Amino acid sequence: MTEAAATAAAPFTAERKRARRRAAWRRRRLVLLLMSPWLVGFSVFFGYPLVMSVYLSFTHYDLLSSPKWIGLANYKYLFRDDPQVGQAVKNTIWIIVVMVPLQVLFAFGVAMMLARAKRGGGFFRTVFYLPALAPPVAATLAFVYILNPATGPVNIILSHLGIEGPLWFQSPGWSKPSLVLLGLWGVGNVMIIFLAAVLDVPQHLYESAELDGAGPLQRMRWVTLPTISPVILFSVVIGVIAGMQYFTQAYVASNVASGQASQAGDQTVNNLGYPEGSTLFYPVFLYQHGFREFNMGYASALSVLLLVVAFSVTLFIIVNSRRWVHYAGAVK
Amino acid sequence: MRRGVIAAVLVVAVLAAVVGATARSSAHAGTKADTITVWVGWSARELQGFKKIAAEYDKQHPEVNVKVVGGINDDKITASIRSGNVPDVVSSFTSANVGSYCKSGAWLDLKPFLSKDHLDVNVFPKTSQYYTQFNGKRCALPFLADVYGFYYNKKMFKAAGLKGPPKTMSQLTAYAKKLTKRGSNGTFKVLGYNPFLGFYAGNAPDLSSYAPLFGAKYVDGSGKSVLSKDPAWGRLLRWQKNLVDYYGYKNLQKFNAGAADEFSASHAFEIGKLAMMIDGEWRVAFIKAEHPGLDYATAPAPVDDSKPNLYGAGYVNGTIIGIPKGVKHKDQAWALLKYLTFNAHPLAQFSNAIRNVPTTKQSLNSKEIKPDAHFKTFLNIFSNANSKTTPITAAGNAYGTLIQAFAVKWQAGHAGDLSKGLQKLDKQINAQLKQAQAGGVP
Repeated sequence: MTEAAATAAAPFTAERKRARRRAAWRRRRLVLLLMSPWLVGFSVFFGYPLVMSVYLSFTHYDLLSSPKWIGLANYKYLFRDDPQVGQAVKNTIWIIVVMVPLQVLFAFGVAMMLARAKRGGGFFRTVFYLPALAPPVAATLAFVYILNPATGPVNIILSHLGIEGPLWFQSPGWSKPSLVLLGLWGVGNVMIIFLAAVLDVPQHLYESAELDGAGPLQRMRWVTLPTISPVILFSVVIGVIAGMQYFTQAYVASNVASGQASQAGDQTVNNLGYPEGSTLFYPVFLYQHGFREFNMGYASALSVLLLVVAFSVTLFIIVNSRRWVHYAGAVK
Repeated sequence: MRRGVIAAVLVVAVLAAVVGATARSSAHAGTKADTITVWVGWSARELQGFKKIAAEYDKQHPEVNVKVVGGINDDKITASIRSGNVPDVVSSFTSANVGSYCKSGAWLDLKPFLSKDHLDVNVFPKTSQYYTQFNGKRCALPFLADVYGFYYNKKMFKAAGLKGPPKTMSQLTAYAKKLTKRGSNGTFKVLGYNPFLGFYAGNAPDLSSYAPLFGAKYVDGSGKSVLSKDPAWGRLLRWQKNLVDYYGYKNLQKFNAGAADEFSASHAFEIGKLAMMIDGEWRVAFIKAEHPGLDYATAPAPVDDSKPNLYGAGYVNGTIIGIPKGVKHKDQAWALLKYLTFNAHPLAQFSNAIRNVPTTKQSLNSKEIKPDAHFKTFLNIFSNANSKTTPITAAGNAYGTLIQAFAVKWQAGHAGDLSKGLQKLDKQINAQLKQAQAGGVP
């Protein structure tokens, strides 16, 4: 007879009930105690700022005076009058729509090649992963340097080949594609996850497919992709959220490419979004309002909108993913 | 024997250290000196200049030790005030933020201090008085000004047969074309004048350095934006775009990308890649330190052809300095602030060190100011009645961001019709100001 069965069989006296309650409370206290570091951290660094952001979005707050309640004025300005928010949203959508699929495809492609490499697999894995270790600021500085239209090695080589290189970070048409190149170069983290997933595909599935006469493309379509679909979902979700928070590379590139990096802290100079607002992504725009113009109430309204959109988009992707993501052992 | 020598050396070293420490503290002997911390934006050579005048004050005032911290920007200032861990005296290069500092009380109202010491702010020129207050509340004082003027390469002028600096914008265009030397593929060996908005400080994309040269007005009496109503803005933007188009937008972009950082010794004007430019007075000191052999001259910047009377004026801005809320040594901070801003001696000394323009009428004419023909130009521009700064608003200089967004599209040829664009810009600026004042915030 198990202990549980013995307990169930015992008569439920009031004292026994109290003892059980005390034991349960002790267990709960222990759980709470063990969870408390996380709970405190979550409340202080996430919960409180989240609640405050929502509150501040209804106020005029310049960081120095006490917040002053202004109702929906910030949201009215955001949805009706702000001339720059549209461009910031468009830029952000562009980077998500273009960069995320390219990153996923590129990472998947590299992972497939590395998975098949017969020799030097370890070496090439290291080579392709290494850029992910470069700090974003340093990597961006390097890209602005090598893509400098006047002195950068890329355009110098192109000119030797008789090709007039683009203006890269200096051109509103090329600044975002330049950032995408930077993003693809540093795709090592996603690539390594894809590599692990690809290597984890059971060999017997490939063998069965092969016996059924499936060629390489069919094996990819019907074996590899369904098996690694949870990883694709993960990459897409993480990529979309990172796209919505795209800041560091855009901030550094605009300051350096505009030729005034030495004045980045000087608030009389505003290089954010250079050139022509083409790198003014939503988080950069939010930063401009919050920390350059001390318009923190409005910046909070922007952040609330970002939160709502990020949450909705993520939910949309996850709900829709049920149609194309297959979990091993899941029953449909 | 050897041990004895080592012991003797150690004793001497300890004695020397004690004597040194005693000597250093002797200046404050018998007093409990308070440490006054001053935050300034200057760095490197300019910071050393400030430290020198601070050290002089320190020496004269045994009751305080002055500690200088350089490289400060407004993010740090705001963060310190919010945390309550503030310096005693604080300064900022961004005079447009005076609106935030004054209305919030983040910088103390200086009126009681000024009244107590019977000090009159009329010792400062009107422009400097303007950018150190907001809506009549004075929470800052001017501490040296930045004045924009014209620099030209005399050697290149001589070679091109040009005798003096251009005085109107059409002359500037003609000179620019004459002085430009093109290389292959449209590249420039020497650019006569670079009108590209965003290229160095003289071409601030918010048009601030050009507005006084065209007499362009930002707002009307009620504070509404009038960029579309004042024809000066249209003339300014058309003149600028014509010159950009002459050079070719893409060619200028390439030139800018290849030009060295503005605050490096390879500055395009300093190394002879640029024949003329508008820049701040500080460039005089940079040239002296980095390229003392450069044959150049300074003059007031050329002005709108239809307003020749404006010649001699320029854009003025400056460092603002005050006392932050939560200050620990209020009286000592005020004493130092008063010394730095009202006393002609430190103003002249610091001006000599970094060649920024001193900000009291007395210091402008001080005999301590080292004579320098290049620098004298800027003293005159500063005194000119038509010299202007940008408006101080509740939204700080956020309106400048909107002007910039329009102007950079305009020069690229992406802004469409100019007058419609300016009308739209007015609406945007007015909406922005309304948002900044929502809920009755001043």
